[in-house]
Amino acid sequence: MSNELTVNDHIPIELRTEALEDLLVERGLVDRTVMDNFIKTYAQDVGPLNGAKVVAKAWTDPEFKERLLANGTTTVAELGFKGPQGEHIVVVENSDDLHNVIVCTLCSCYPWPLLGLPPSWYKDPVYRSRVVKEPRAVLAEMGLDLPDSQQVKVWDSSSEVRFFVLPQRPAGTEGMSEEDLVPLITRESMIGVALVAAP
Amino acid sequence: MAIQRASGIADFGGTQGWGPMPTIDRNEPVFPEPWEGRAFALGLLSMRLSGTNLDSFRHAMNRLDKDAYLEGGCYGRYVQGAENLLLDSNIIAPGSVEARAVNLSGGSADEPAAPEPQKPDYAPTAGGSIRAIEAAPRFTVGQKVRTKVQEAAGHTRLQHYIQGHVGTVAIVEPPQVLPDTHAHFLAENAQWVYTVAFDSRELFGPDAEIFTLNTDCYEDYLGDAS
Repeated sequence: MSNELTVNDHIPIELRTEALEDLLVERGLVDRTVMDNFIKTYAQDVGPLNGAKVVAKAWTDPEFKERLLANGTTTVAELGFKGPQGEHIVVVENSDDLHNVIVCTLCSCYPWPLLGLPPSWYKDPVYRSRVVKEPRAVLAEMGLDLPDSQQVKVWDSSSEVRFFVLPQRPAGTEGMSEEDLVPLITRESMIGVALVAAP
Repeated sequence: MAIQRASGIADFGGTQGWGPMPTIDRNEPVFPEPWEGRAFALGLLSMRLSGTNLDSFRHAMNRLDKDAYLEGGCYGRYVQGAENLLLDSNIIAPGSVEARAVNLSGGSADEPAAPEPQKPDYAPTAGGSIRAIEAAPRFTVGQKVRTKVQEAAGHTRLQHYIQGHVGTVAIVEPPQVLPDTHAHFLAENAQWVYTVAFDSRELFGPDAEIFTLNTDCYEDYLGDAS
C-alpha cells in the first residue's frame, strides 16, 4: 500500500471507533451482543412515539394531565416510560400565552424515555449557542414564527432534571380519539421547535 | 489522578459565530452511520469498564479540544470521551487505539501491552444522581439569587453565560450529587438543585430578545440576592 496510515496520522473517527471496539472485545471487556442491544433499543424501541402517547393522553384525560404537570416522572411511568436520562422529568405546558422550548447548552441532555436519542441539530453548536440568546430568531429559522404576545421560556437542562414540552392541541381535533391523535404529535413539537398541526 | 481542565468548547450557551440553523431532516435515522451506534454503545459501557460515572464521562468529553470535540458530532465525542476514561483508568494503554487503527487499515504498528488497570477509588452511595439529604433547601421559590463567577478547576455545570447574574428561583428540584466533585471522585456532595429563571435582558443586555431563560443551578452555585 502506498499511502499507508501510521500511528502519527490523524485517525478518522469511524476507524477510531472500530479500533477501540476491537481492542475491548478482544480482551473480553465488551460483549458485542450487549452493544447490539443498546443500539437496537434506541434505534427501534425507545423514541418519540413514547412522548406522543403521553401528550395524546394528556389532551384527552384531564386527570392524567393534572398528574403529569404535578409530577412528570411518576405519571409517565404509569405508561411504562422510565429509564436512563429519565430520573426526574418536569413537563412544561404550552398555551396561547406561553411557548416553551428545551435545550442543553453544555452537552445533549434530553428525556430519553420519552423522546429517545436527540436529533443531530439538537446537539449542534448552532442550536446550543443561539436558542438561549435569541430563541425567537432560531425558531423562526426553523419555520416557527411566534406572535409577540406569546411569552417564551427556554429551558436549559444543566442538572439531571429532564424537561419535556406538552404542546398545544390543535384546533379542529376536538372529536379525535387518543389513538388517532398520537400520529399527529411530532418530536419537534415536544422539544418546542414546532407546533402540532391539525390533520 | 490530577484534575484536568475542560477545554471550554462545550459551554456553548450565548457564544457567537456558529451561523444559521441547518436544514432539519425530520426523518433522520437515530444513527445516520453505523459507527455512530457503535460509538454510542462504547460511551455507555466505558463508565462501568473504567469504574467512573456519568459526570466523569461528561468531563472526559469536555476535555476534548475544539477540533476533537466537533469531529463526528455527538457520537464522535462519545467515543473519544470513552477513550479518555479508559486511558485514565489504565484499561487501555496510550497509543493502543492508534496502533490498532493502523493495523486494522492494513498498516503495521507495534501495539502496547494491555496495562494493569488503575480504577479510581470510587463507589456511588446509590444509583442515579438523585439523593435524599437531611438539609433543608437554602432557597425558596420566588427568592432572588445570584450565580457565582468561577473558572472551574475541573468539571462544572455552571454555564458561563449565567455567571454573575441575578435570577429568581422558579422550582426547587430534588437534591442531586454535585457534578463538580462527583466527576473527580472527591465526594458526592449531594445538595438541592434549583431551576432559576433569568430575564433575558439581565443576561444579554437591554436590547436582547425578551424571554425567560430557565436553567438548573446546584446550591453551591448560588448566593442570596434578595
